[in-house]
Amino acid sequence: MSTKRKTAQQAPEGEPRETVMKKITIDVVTRIEGHAKVSIYLNSEGRVDSAQLHVTQVRGFEKFVEGRPFYEMPGITARICGICPVSHLLASVKACDAIMAVEIPETAVLLRELLHCGQFVQSHALSFFHLSSPDLLLGFDSDPAARNVLGVIEKHPALALDGVALRKFGQQVIEGLAAERIHPSWTVPGGVNAPLSSEVRDRILSELPKAKAITARTLEFYKGVVDQFKEEIESFGTAPTMYAGLVDAGGGFQLYDGRLRFRGADGAVVTDQVRPRDYATYIGEAALANSYLKAPYFKPAGYPDGAYRVGPLARLNAADSMGTPEAQKQFEEYHQRFGTVVQSAFHYHYARLVEATWALERIGMLLEDPRILDTRVRARAGVNSLEGVGMIEAPRGTLIHHYKVNEQGAIVWANLIVATGHNNLAMNRSVEQVAKRFVDGNKLEEGMLNRVQAVVRAYDPCLSCSTHAAGQIPLRVQLFAADGTMVDELVTR
Amino acid sequence: MPRKVRLATIWLDGCSGCHMSILDMDEAIVAVAKKIDLVYGPLVDAQKFPDFVDVTLVEGAVSSQEDMEKIQIVRQRSKLVVALGDCAVTSNVPSMRNSIPVKKLLERVYVEGADATPGVPTEGVPKLLKRALPIQEIIKVDLHVPGCPPPASTIVFVLTELLEGRMPDLGSRIKFG
Repeated sequence: MSTKRKTAQQAPEGEPRETVMKKITIDVVTRIEGHAKVSIYLNSEGRVDSAQLHVTQVRGFEKFVEGRPFYEMPGITARICGICPVSHLLASVKACDAIMAVEIPETAVLLRELLHCGQFVQSHALSFFHLSSPDLLLGFDSDPAARNVLGVIEKHPALALDGVALRKFGQQVIEGLAAERIHPSWTVPGGVNAPLSSEVRDRILSELPKAKAITARTLEFYKGVVDQFKEEIESFGTAPTMYAGLVDAGGGFQLYDGRLRFRGADGAVVTDQVRPRDYATYIGEAALANSYLKAPYFKPAGYPDGAYRVGPLARLNAADSMGTPEAQKQFEEYHQRFGTVVQSAFHYHYARLVEATWALERIGMLLEDPRILDTRVRARAGVNSLEGVGMIEAPRGTLIHHYKVNEQGAIVWANLIVATGHNNLAMNRSVEQVAKRFVDGNKLEEGMLNRVQAVVRAYDPCLSCSTHAAGQIPLRVQLFAADGTMVDELVTR
Repeated sequence: MPRKVRLATIWLDGCSGCHMSILDMDEAIVAVAKKIDLVYGPLVDAQKFPDFVDVTLVEGAVSSQEDMEKIQIVRQRSKLVVALGDCAVTSNVPSMRNSIPVKKLLERVYVEGADATPGVPTEGVPKLLKRALPIQEIIKVDLHVPGCPPPASTIVFVLTELLEGRMPDLGSRIKFG
């Protein structure tokens, strides 16, 4: 990714004529959570020269929250994303806890983590079953009119119903705790606003074995078919990058608390135990001329060399162990099969299922902890610090909320770094790699373009989140000749 | 057997929470799936908004030049347009930016908020409108379903009524916020 490529796109007139021959644009990347398009640049032989993912929406949360009382931030920032509102709620209340300078009651910590696990289950189910399984079950080259979740319901009803049931289980955990499935107001600065009842605990516990069984058979099914996608695995974003994810003090897998670790492609830990408040020492943000999604980078390595990835693939690379028995077993098998550091973005799918296994085990552990029913769940305080940072692992990766307030508690400055942003540089590299492997500019076929979209889908980008600044994800493919005239076009809105 | 109802969903400036609320109908989706052809939306692969659609559910406010073009295409090609959720109905949270000049908003994010290659994106990205607008300011809307998001049970009710050929009377099913 390089400056060279950037130059080619930003100032094609400055490049020798023969290097940028044609441009293909995929206008709507479908079955992803947001709005995006892809441009593919061809050389004179019709081979792919470079590719670029554009995120086409921006909303400006960081600016328009200025002046709002800090305790409104969870409710406002949840509206960044309806898929993982719980992530924003939790990162936000953690930043608010820091502004209040309180340590929240231990039961509140357990309850927030429980809510978070429910969200991991529903969000990972959505990504795997509703958005990606059509490619895996019906085929990348299958009829696009039926290549969707309704097509899966028709052709593979058992698996589709498993997906619906698993997502429902996760949503029911959220609903049981927080009263609403989407944008609940239960998490508050200082804790949560109501304790857990024993009825809800027992109800979730009674449904848990069914959810575990679904995840176990889906994982077995996936392990059986993954080898069929050898070609995709080899070319789906295998360019080496660093990986980032939260870990506990012993290097174990963490989603709600923990500190940030960066691990290199060679397996060596580059930086470890970064506290939330120190994130800006390690993470910088670059603006891109052709996308509303900024590109965070690892500051010590500079831009654009400091590309790193987050999310399921990255977390399983960053952590040394899982901490629950079944997930640990799956973690070991996964690494045995694909290496200590798993590079292909295709394996986001596999990693997602290992994480769902972990989340379900963790839900059981939390519910069986006797402290979970304690009724002291909220600390109350005013403004005791003018700055606060909240950092958690959202389903798609590390999420950071950073607020500054005045003495009255009004927001004077806010910065949000979302999971999909961290992956921006790597996603662009992956899109380019897949385009080079599968797209032949002389003969455009739908299946080729679907693979380009599928690699984007593997990252499970949440463009809703990423465009909290402003944004959207669709695909159009346009071919441009060297003189700038459009020679071919495949689809627009 | 009667023709299946051609349903489209579209996501403008919103958070996708209304689409998630559609999925929150859980198993009820199987029964609905039998009666509809989902011809466009974030859950399916169609790249082009079809020429003829019976019902389009619209999530989100109209916030960019692209949203503006899309919502007009939706109106031209849909028999019924449903504003699904508070962003489509009132422009809700996206409208919180309306008092801030677009230039200031974008500079905060892409100039002050970037420590490498700062600059407001201009290539291959749609221009923001001055204000995020409810869709009824641009097109005629046949049904408003408020809520942030509207509950799944309300969405099931709306779809079921429409599939039966009736205009839903939301009554007590309306949720505010």
